[in-house]
Amino acid sequence: MRAQRVGIEVSRAIAIAAKLANVDVVSAYPITPQTHIVEDIAELVANGELDAAYIPVESEHSAMSACLGASAVGARTFTATAGQGLELMHEVLYIASSMRLPIVMAVANRALSAPLSIWGDHSDVMAARDTGWIQIFAANGQETFDSVLCAFRIAEDQRVLLPVMVNLDGFHLTHMIEPICIPEQSEVDKFLPPYQYPLPLDPDKPITMGAFAPPYIYTETKKAQQVNLTAAKEVILQCWREFGDLFGRYYSPVEGYHCEKAKVLLLVMGSFSETAMSAIDTLRGEGKEVGLIKLRLWRPFPFDEIRRAVRDAEVLIVLDRALSFGGPGGPVCSEIRSALYNEDKKPKVIGFVGGLGGRDISPGGFKEIINRGIEISQTGSEQEFEMFGVRE
Amino acid sequence: MTKSEGELTWRGLEIGSIITEPGNASQYQTGGWRTQRPIHDTSRCIKCGLCAIFCPEGCIEPNAEGYFEPNLFYCKGCGICARECWTQAITMVEEEE
Repeated sequence: MRAQRVGIEVSRAIAIAAKLANVDVVSAYPITPQTHIVEDIAELVANGELDAAYIPVESEHSAMSACLGASAVGARTFTATAGQGLELMHEVLYIASSMRLPIVMAVANRALSAPLSIWGDHSDVMAARDTGWIQIFAANGQETFDSVLCAFRIAEDQRVLLPVMVNLDGFHLTHMIEPICIPEQSEVDKFLPPYQYPLPLDPDKPITMGAFAPPYIYTETKKAQQVNLTAAKEVILQCWREFGDLFGRYYSPVEGYHCEKAKVLLLVMGSFSETAMSAIDTLRGEGKEVGLIKLRLWRPFPFDEIRRAVRDAEVLIVLDRALSFGGPGGPVCSEIRSALYNEDKKPKVIGFVGGLGGRDISPGGFKEIINRGIEISQTGSEQEFEMFGVRE
Repeated sequence: MTKSEGELTWRGLEIGSIITEPGNASQYQTGGWRTQRPIHDTSRCIKCGLCAIFCPEGCIEPNAEGYFEPNLFYCKGCGICARECWTQAITMVEEEE
């Protein structure tokens, strides 16, 4: 197959990415808005187009548990989930990262019940923030496709050996038909070497995985994990550089749009950043010095890159699509505030929470957010954050 | 992984804290959990071995004379042996040290 640009639903492109990555095992449970991803993979396996074991399971807890076992014997392992499914996996997510199993998972970000919402926001992944996974946010279909390929390379790097979550907005991305460049198998093979786990489960060489750790050693295991995840950033940067050299598309943990001389910056994650770009264009057209920051890498958190990106701005407006109830508002804003706290030169940080449960924010909405953020920064606000677009 | 508690650092751990040496749980001193210790009175012991059968830790074995003795490196002091002993040859006493 020649490299080609095709119009394809993003979910289906993810299935193709898994196929091009030549995954060995896929274990998944269907849940909206992730369903098309795993349906397509099941079809590829059933058609004989992908030589992989597809394990249908009775829940997401089982899906992730099956992934653990598959990855532990040295199989390249993929799964996908969303919303409640990610929460049902929760305890197993920690085990995957603590046991250093390089599973790759696409998360079709979805709101959490109740009330039941199948639509998108970032509540699901933010609840999984501290599970020790590498977490990447994609802004469009091509980024999602590329991120899945990169995720295998990053996860399986012998310096990393950690699971990777590729986040894409439920419906806003999963169900969109976008033009996506699908590379040739030979190009992917060049980029993605065969997976070799250094200490796989092997009856001839018995080992124990996930043994208990008494108090005298547990802290050491967590320190090792923390150092390992933090150090993964260098490998991620290297992977993205090499991916760019091969495929011509370059990625970075923090990406700017019209940030030059911007006094006001808006920070957004995921597909909403594409809409926000339109708002920035309009405001720039009106002569306002505003720019956009897209945060692509959420874990490990890119402290240096964020500090550098916002240092010269006067106001930084952060939009979260998740709410920490009774807390500081959005988790992203909260972390960015904390990352900047000890800096001498830093912008005022204004937090908004919006776009919950699939509610759209239009370019006009982002304009409103930016203008309101500027207003708050000038008048001073006692609040930690504001919820955007709530009917009073 | 055969290093003692104080020697093992975070740098010395295998990937994902994998244990590469089978059976090394035998080096784990569960006797440290004990608040009571079983004392065997050989004058009452009939060498039936019921204490060894009931011991959840499997740490009671006959000595050279056939009397049953707990291995205090593993004995957690649960007292099941004392409770089950037909002849009440086992008494649990407080660990003083």
